[in-house]
Amino acid sequence: MARSSTSVEKKLIGLADLVVRAADRGRDPSIEIPVRSLSNVKFNEKRRIIEMGPNTQERTFFNVGMAKKFMQTMLVADALSELQRAGLTTSLREIYYRAKHTIGDSHENTFDNQNESDPLIEDLEVALAALREEFHVRAENAGTAIGPLTVVDDGDTVDCSKLGKGGYSVPSIVEPEYLRIKRCSADFVLLVEKGTQWNRLAEDKFWKKYNCVLLTGNGQPPRGVRRLARRLHDEKKIPVYVLVDNDPWGYYIYSVIKQGSINLAFESQRMAIPDAKFIGLSSLDPERYGLPRNVGIKLNDKDIDRAKELLNYPWFQKKEWQKEIRHMLSLGLKFELDALANKDFQFLTKKYLPKKLQDKDWLD
Amino acid sequence: MKKKTPLPATKAAKPAAGRPTPLQTPAGAGVPPPGKRERGLTAVEMGARQREISVSEFFTKNRHLLGFDSPRKALLTCVKEAVDNAFDACEEAGILPEVVVKVEVVPVDGVTPSAAQATRFKVTVVDYGPGIVREHIPRIFAKLLYGSKFHRLRMSRGQQGIGISAAGMYGQLTTGKPVQIISRTGEKNPAHYFEVQINTKTNEPRIIEKKQIEWENHRGTQVTIELEGRYQKGRASIDEYLEQAAIANPHTQITYVTPEGETKVYQRTINELPPPPREIKPHPYGIELGLLLKMLHDTKSHWLSGFLCADFSRVSPKVAEEICTAAGLNPHAKPRNIMGPDAEKLYKAIQSTKIMAPPTNCISPIGEKAILTGLYKQIKADFYTAVTRPPAVYRGNPFIIEAGLAFGKGPQEASAVQRIGPVAEGEHKEDDTELARVLRFANRVPLLYQQSACATFQAVLETSWRNYGVSQSRGALPAGPMVIFVHMASVWVPFTSESKEAIADYDEIRKEIKLAMQEAGRRLGVFLKRKERAKHEFHRRNIFELYIEEVAEACKRLKGGRFAVERLKTQLMKIAMKRTGGEKVDELLGKKAGPEGLPDSIIVTAEGVEGAVPELPPEGAPEPAGAAPAPAGVPAEVLEPAKAGMRAKPGKTKAKPAKKRRKGR
Repeated sequence: MARSSTSVEKKLIGLADLVVRAADRGRDPSIEIPVRSLSNVKFNEKRRIIEMGPNTQERTFFNVGMAKKFMQTMLVADALSELQRAGLTTSLREIYYRAKHTIGDSHENTFDNQNESDPLIEDLEVALAALREEFHVRAENAGTAIGPLTVVDDGDTVDCSKLGKGGYSVPSIVEPEYLRIKRCSADFVLLVEKGTQWNRLAEDKFWKKYNCVLLTGNGQPPRGVRRLARRLHDEKKIPVYVLVDNDPWGYYIYSVIKQGSINLAFESQRMAIPDAKFIGLSSLDPERYGLPRNVGIKLNDKDIDRAKELLNYPWFQKKEWQKEIRHMLSLGLKFELDALANKDFQFLTKKYLPKKLQDKDWLD
Repeated sequence: MKKKTPLPATKAAKPAAGRPTPLQTPAGAGVPPPGKRERGLTAVEMGARQREISVSEFFTKNRHLLGFDSPRKALLTCVKEAVDNAFDACEEAGILPEVVVKVEVVPVDGVTPSAAQATRFKVTVVDYGPGIVREHIPRIFAKLLYGSKFHRLRMSRGQQGIGISAAGMYGQLTTGKPVQIISRTGEKNPAHYFEVQINTKTNEPRIIEKKQIEWENHRGTQVTIELEGRYQKGRASIDEYLEQAAIANPHTQITYVTPEGETKVYQRTINELPPPPREIKPHPYGIELGLLLKMLHDTKSHWLSGFLCADFSRVSPKVAEEICTAAGLNPHAKPRNIMGPDAEKLYKAIQSTKIMAPPTNCISPIGEKAILTGLYKQIKADFYTAVTRPPAVYRGNPFIIEAGLAFGKGPQEASAVQRIGPVAEGEHKEDDTELARVLRFANRVPLLYQQSACATFQAVLETSWRNYGVSQSRGALPAGPMVIFVHMASVWVPFTSESKEAIADYDEIRKEIKLAMQEAGRRLGVFLKRKERAKHEFHRRNIFELYIEEVAEACKRLKGGRFAVERLKTQLMKIAMKRTGGEKVDELLGKKAGPEGLPDSIIVTAEGVEGAVPELPPEGAPEPAGAAPAPAGVPAEVLEPAKAGMRAKPGKTKAKPAKKRRKGR
């Protein structure tokens, strides 16, 4: 831990050196930052993950449009290095408050709101090829795990099978330095989009019967959850199944888990689980499992546009996936996981998932 | 003026059996039996009810037509009519107008309510004008449609001769009190005191009291009207009216004693009268058939051609002959004999004959300089400009449009806004969505009501202010700290009603206003662009200065230990100076940002004032000859502090030499 810390700190100090060097030579200081957008990501067919492209942008100081951002970037770097020295972790919002002050005797603030500081941290992540965790910046604990898994977190041994139906709150930093996986006897990991359905499964002790780890990220899973799933997959060699709503956003959540996200493409190699499987809800399921049309929700314009975008993503080009998405569009309906309750409260636990697992009915 | 009185609905009807014998309806048979139709009146009965209505009666019932629809408006209209008359009289007599307006609360049942609560007021307006000869006083103040201005085509504030007598009538109607007048025509003549009322039946004055009195003023008129009203500050108030009147009439001096007892003085800033407007004859294009018939009947000329030449402007003997030929009429025909189809032919011939536009030297515009002076004196801003359009014609009436513009909040205000210290999240510096204010004037009289019905307002809306760097939503006034001044001067301003609140929308008028707006807007655009550029450059350098501090300090903290932070700052500053073109910014920010290329404009910055700055007369300048030394009823010591409080401008701005002005002036 001490070593990696120093390397990140060195990278941050490097920014100061960059300014000093430029000033010495009478040049405009400039930081090179890889572009974080769809235009600069590439789907690596071989590794099956989204990778960041080669495009970068210069952030220079003596440019009216960029001067403030440059100054802000330096302030954020300063705050991050302070964290390193103190050995603390913090949140994005605290970084914002730490770096905020009124400039000189003017009435201008260094930052007006958090939206200005958040992207700068991501900029620094990509520019310095460092991870957010390495910066000691954490997100909220938005994920939960339950199942035959024992971890050591901050010196405490936590048995995730003895935590009632509440489960273990997955911290945002789950790197080996912070969290050690002591034991895991599960056969697979089930990552559920919705907390409500995770609760259903936890209450029904689904994980006991089918010997799995249940994970949820309450929507788009945060880094901690993705990283934990990836580590379980890598270290314990167990498959990961993803259970999401049947709508374009659900598909995208699955794709983020599997290939990585566009915004954080540089993290894919560490987070993505290219072998993850899409277990449901498929657009074909309502017919197969006899869900009535009236528990569907009409796709709105936004849904339709999003679905069409997905159809164009390189990582959705497999025949089954095109069929899956087009079928949803042709139905004109989306289905929530919760809609399964229409059949029976425990339909998900007792019928749907057992059958899926038994038939190996999933998409890759 | 004849008019049928409406039939009373409760007239009794005879039982169907009875023979219809008029005027024998039995008393008591009030309601017709159900199911029976009411018998109509006979022609004789109806004829018996016809009678004449006097103008006074008509306007008593329709006082909204004259601007007395609400108590608040009534009070304003009363002040307005009296002040307008005073100004007109003084100017016509060649005297620099000076008036004192006093609005007092009248106690009710021995209790004097506060100004905001009061319902009864006494309005006194004193001028030091020519005075009125004794014989005319009663009729001027207590007879509707009596006046000198209606029968001539000459630019003046009043047009019809209704105003002041209507105000008196309104006072009489609501309080029963007569109008009190004191007038004196010269030092050698005695002052006359009158109390008059209007006999609404006959539209004739009734003199309650008349006597000779001692009066401290050597010359002038004082009129006092007691009326029901409401005093309210803000939009469309007396205060606003007088303030605007002072803008459009910088050659006048107005002292205003508010109902709250405060004294405000609107100082005279120009010590010369505007050139007197001249009277003109109607232009042939501007008359209607009915008026033509009347003129034909009333003329003193014996021949048709002579009538055309003598009674109209711009009709030469040659043009008269042309008209006669086109109409197929004998030029030597007797004007009185031309009627019916002949008159119509004549009317059409006039319209189709090419006649020169009416003379325009009859109009006396306020002038760019005076508008600038007025705006500069009354409104705090960063930029002022004024435009006087060349004369134009609508329906045969010549008119001139003038526009003025004041933009910004003034340097003091602006710097006050900037100093509020650290700003919290969501607390933004500028949420300025204030819309421009439009000041409308017709023949130098402020128009305060019915803005949206006015041609000026429409023209302001139709101007694309965005072209000049001012934001404007669709169909709305431009946004920003801006005052737009529009003045129409004409021998006959086409109002939409007798209460003279809005100018009627003639294409020619609207077009002229728009042209004036565009010119003023263009100048504003130049000013804003320059200011923007300088500010941008300044900001550019300024942000670098500020940010260098931050960046250098951040570097110092990052590096830790010994770090040559001052050296880094100096190096970065050097780069910044190199990249923002140091000297040039000073130039842009400095004096050279003045009104070069901006005629008739003033630019006010924190450093000083530039442009066509008016030379405001020093305090206590000698009063022009003939004017009374101090306004009556206002102790001199009350006036002084008020005068001193007027627009506290740094002295150096007033003393700016004229040579700073643009060469072209």
